[in-house]
Amino acid sequence: MENSVKFLTETVLRISGVDPRKCMKCGKCSGTCPNYDAMEYHPHQFVSMVEKGQIEKLMNSDSIYLCLGCMACVERCPRNVAPGKLVGAVAQLKLRQQDMNRKGGNDVAAFADEIVPQQLLMAAMRKYRK
Amino acid sequence: MIYSYYPGCTLKDRAKQMDIYARKCADVLGIALKELPEWQCCGAVYPAASDEIAPRLSAVRALMNTEEGKLVTMCSACHHVLKRTNFDWNRDENFRQKANNYMKPETPYDGSVEVIHFLELLRDEIGFDALKEKVVNPLTGRKIGAFYGCLLLRPGKVLAFDDPENPSIIEDFIRALGAEPVRYPYRNECCGAYVALENKACAEMQVERALNSAVAAGCEELITACPLCMYNLVENATAHKLPVSYFTELLAEALGVKEG
Repeated sequence: MENSVKFLTETVLRISGVDPRKCMKCGKCSGTCPNYDAMEYHPHQFVSMVEKGQIEKLMNSDSIYLCLGCMACVERCPRNVAPGKLVGAVAQLKLRQQDMNRKGGNDVAAFADEIVPQQLLMAAMRKYRK
Repeated sequence: MIYSYYPGCTLKDRAKQMDIYARKCADVLGIALKELPEWQCCGAVYPAASDEIAPRLSAVRALMNTEEGKLVTMCSACHHVLKRTNFDWNRDENFRQKANNYMKPETPYDGSVEVIHFLELLRDEIGFDALKEKVVNPLTGRKIGAFYGCLLLRPGKVLAFDDPENPSIIEDFIRALGAEPVRYPYRNECCGAYVALENKACAEMQVERALNSAVAAGCEELITACPLCMYNLVENATAHKLPVSYFTELLAEALGVKEG
């Protein structure tokens, strides 16, 4: 069964704790984002698209895995909208569906070598799968 | 003074030297770091959604098992997860209730533990002036940059570690050891983080931006408190390269407890 726009939007707002209506469209989030160029949808677009209920578009974009989680946009948002929290919440909605893991546990484990820190492997387990 | 200590998984392996030198330095400084019994991995990432309860349970267990009032962390990621979970515990009844319902602890965690990073311990409990007096091998003439990264500083209101946009704690630490701290614009930006695993080019871009900025400002070496920053700064360096060490290695050198 398809997820309704209402369900997706309400869930993202609830689990992110973000109120996109507070956004004053200054663009500081995208201006400070270190991975702006790589993202199909930029941080300021997450805010406006969530407000419009376009959650599925965001869920189906690699942008949710290109956010570095550095919280630059969270810290620097003058209206405390914190776009990074929306990116995280949308990624959670995607991962919480059956068979929607970005990587399996063994895929992540395959990256283990003599150098990669355990912290990185653990972070990947958290970011790419449920 | 006795502190509970949470080393975390990476400090038992790939970042062993951060742990080893922290312990040696603690001895010199008259601090007892008492490792928590049977601690579990912090999870490395603070969960992205407020309804995620289970990913925060290992942090709650660590806080619950802290007997000394203050829990010392070394790794930026552990520090981040433990400090934020502790913050949530004291403010979010929904989280607290669900965590307790699941864990059913004999005595629920009362929220009283203070999570402090070893750098905060050095600044706030020992004091950089007192630290300076313990230095036997001043690092005179060395131009050292701090790479803060993101996890120690943001979100500033929760981490309350230092000014998130213009931090000075690591520069003050470097100065106390007799070296010259070099400030550079990208010291509190991202190293590329976990994306390095599936997109090396992305991490290389972030690292080059930071290293270019550090070299231009005159840094000759960098220090960090984060194993993931360390990994990216070394393994994903391209045009610019700098030697990187953990802050405790530098401290051990200045305190005369590092061989070689």
